[in-house]
Amino acid sequence: MTSDPVAPLEIHDVTVAYHRKPVLWGVDLVIPAGQLIGIVGPNGAGKSTLIKACMGLLPMQSGWVKIFGLPFSKVASRVGYVPQRESVDWDFPVNVMDVVLMGRYGRLGLLRRPSKTDRELARSCLEKVHLLPYANRQIANLSGGQQQRVFLARALAQEADLYFMDEPFAGVDAATESAIITVLRELRDRGKTILVVHHDLPTARQYFDQLLLLNMNVIAFGKTEEVFTAELLQKTYGGRLTILSEVAQALGAQSAPR
Amino acid sequence: MTRIWRILGPVLFLLLIPSALRAAGVRDLVETNWLEQIGRFFTFRDVAVRYVLAGSILLGLSCGLLGSFIVVRKMALVGDTLSHAVLPGVALGFLWNMTKDPLTILIGATIAGLVGTSLVSAITQTTRLKEDTALGLVLASFFAAGICLITMIQRLPTGNKSGLDKFLFGQAAALGADDVTLMAIVAVVAVGSVIAFYKELLATSFDPGFARASGLPADWIHHGLMLVLTASLVVALQAVGVVLVSAMLITPAAAAYLLTDRLHRLVVLAAFFGVLAGVAGAFLSFVGPSLPTGPLMVVGASTVFAAAFLFGPRHGVLARWWRQRSGMARTQRENTLKSMFHVIETNGFRAEGVTLTELALRRRETMEDVQRLGKKLARHGLATVTSDVLYFTPAGRQRASEIVRNHRLWELYLTNSANIAADHVHEDAEKIEHILGESVVRELERKLGYATVDPHGKSIPTPRAIHGDAGLVDETKGRRK
Repeated sequence: MTSDPVAPLEIHDVTVAYHRKPVLWGVDLVIPAGQLIGIVGPNGAGKSTLIKACMGLLPMQSGWVKIFGLPFSKVASRVGYVPQRESVDWDFPVNVMDVVLMGRYGRLGLLRRPSKTDRELARSCLEKVHLLPYANRQIANLSGGQQQRVFLARALAQEADLYFMDEPFAGVDAATESAIITVLRELRDRGKTILVVHHDLPTARQYFDQLLLLNMNVIAFGKTEEVFTAELLQKTYGGRLTILSEVAQALGAQSAPR
Repeated sequence: MTRIWRILGPVLFLLLIPSALRAAGVRDLVETNWLEQIGRFFTFRDVAVRYVLAGSILLGLSCGLLGSFIVVRKMALVGDTLSHAVLPGVALGFLWNMTKDPLTILIGATIAGLVGTSLVSAITQTTRLKEDTALGLVLASFFAAGICLITMIQRLPTGNKSGLDKFLFGQAAALGADDVTLMAIVAVVAVGSVIAFYKELLATSFDPGFARASGLPADWIHHGLMLVLTASLVVALQAVGVVLVSAMLITPAAAAYLLTDRLHRLVVLAAFFGVLAGVAGAFLSFVGPSLPTGPLMVVGASTVFAAAFLFGPRHGVLARWWRQRSGMARTQRENTLKSMFHVIETNGFRAEGVTLTELALRRRETMEDVQRLGKKLARHGLATVTSDVLYFTPAGRQRASEIVRNHRLWELYLTNSANIAADHVHEDAEKIEHILGESVVRELERKLGYATVDPHGKSIPTPRAIHGDAGLVDETKGRRK
């Protein structure tokens, strides 16, 4: 919330390793409130690792993370999460409503069932992502874009102040993409802070207020128009040819009048 | 529905014949004994029968209930390993005070099970071996050690060892009051914790990362589930046996998974199937003397699974076969209608009917085949057959025009919008024509500017031609100059 005196997310000297090989190395960050932030970098740069480490899903080698000035376990209910779509089994015996209601579980506490109010809230979240007519569908009978929107609705149902989203735009149709970005901007306008792992450079420039360029550590973090430069992107992507051409294309689009 | 029974009836009849024969055979041999046993079972005169029945209901309930979570968490192999790993613990629990005290055996077996599962995680975390290898290793080595220990105990001169050998394949008849009490306690704990923590179990099974990120105690739920699971397996051992007890976890839940799309229904259904299998196994092993209970229970559970696999209304083999068959039959009828339309079209819409010879020539089939096709159309009210001429009924003419329209629209769409050459589009349209819905057709017509001619120069039947009550001949004559 904008009224909060402390930053929504503060990361200090965080190092994360898989089998002793560091993926993130000494990351320092202070994320301001009320921003829509894209995390951009090449494959294996540690983008997902960073947000998972922030939520305590991965052990940290060193450093600490504070969310609204507190360790994650104390403020879990103020954090929303959209995992990668591939991380779950979509044949699981649940319907769309069941999944969205899971967004309420963290707030309910042990031994309590979702109430009528929770169901009403879940319905309104489904409505925001245009999935209300699908509420009773088994989740396997949805398109990839619809599945992604189910995850977004579940995160909305968490009513969090800080959101982590892992590639919500990966492999979705155009309608879903615009639905998601509308919802994200609306959240931002209500003072929420959103960090989105994103893989597509041209749209990254369009979508996000601020960009975090990441490759094992922070290459740059700042306003999109200041950070989205050929120099910094080259530093992030380390001169890979395919990526460079993509960057060139994106920069070309930037200079063209819109 | 009646059509389904026409198929199912003979199948069920065939299934019943051998069982009737077998029943007759058994009755001839041991008539009195057999009937007497059934009487004893159902009147619950015997204390032993009551224990057997209560025990199998309780074990079926808790195994089915917990098994559904094991199956949706993809931990079936973990369940199997756990059930084998408890065997050395059973032996050590017996050695503790040299009697078959259910409580010490439960404690020993639980410890062995936990050691086994922690060994699995230790192996996967410290070496490059993957989980399946680690599970296989632990399963085999613990089971072997357990068999060695039990064989050694059998040779010991002291102690009341009766029933210890039954742990391998199970003997429900060996259940005593203490065993059943313990089973009841475990079942109450299992049912209670599933009801209390259903929400957490659901969330951690579906998406453990999200569950943990939203502050749910995922690790505690996992360990709690494993603990209750171990206890349920151990108390079921005596009746089902180490070798097969994991089947009582997996099979009822697998059958339920084929029948429902919601977890809470799956859990209830799995528990019900577990109870059903348990009672069936106990009954059969009681009636047929000296048959091991475990294999019979598992055969019962597998029968339930086979029934769900074959006859499940949505995912069942039979239902799928039926849907496919009726789909194929419909496609065949529609293709016949289309051929009739083509013949009439080639004749310049002068004749109302199609002779069987013309149809046979068009379809490159024999007269017999074409006659058969004509009868099928007649049976569905799509055409009438006189001696050797086929006439459309209004419904048949409408469907034929729709199919031809769908085909030509799709061809036109592919050539115009997808830039596919005109000679490539026919095959694709042959399949698409049968599945295009009305709304898609409207959309296609709009996109193509209500075109009247397909890429091959043939006219596309218009909605008026299809739905109007004017005759086909009059309707199309004007357009075909």
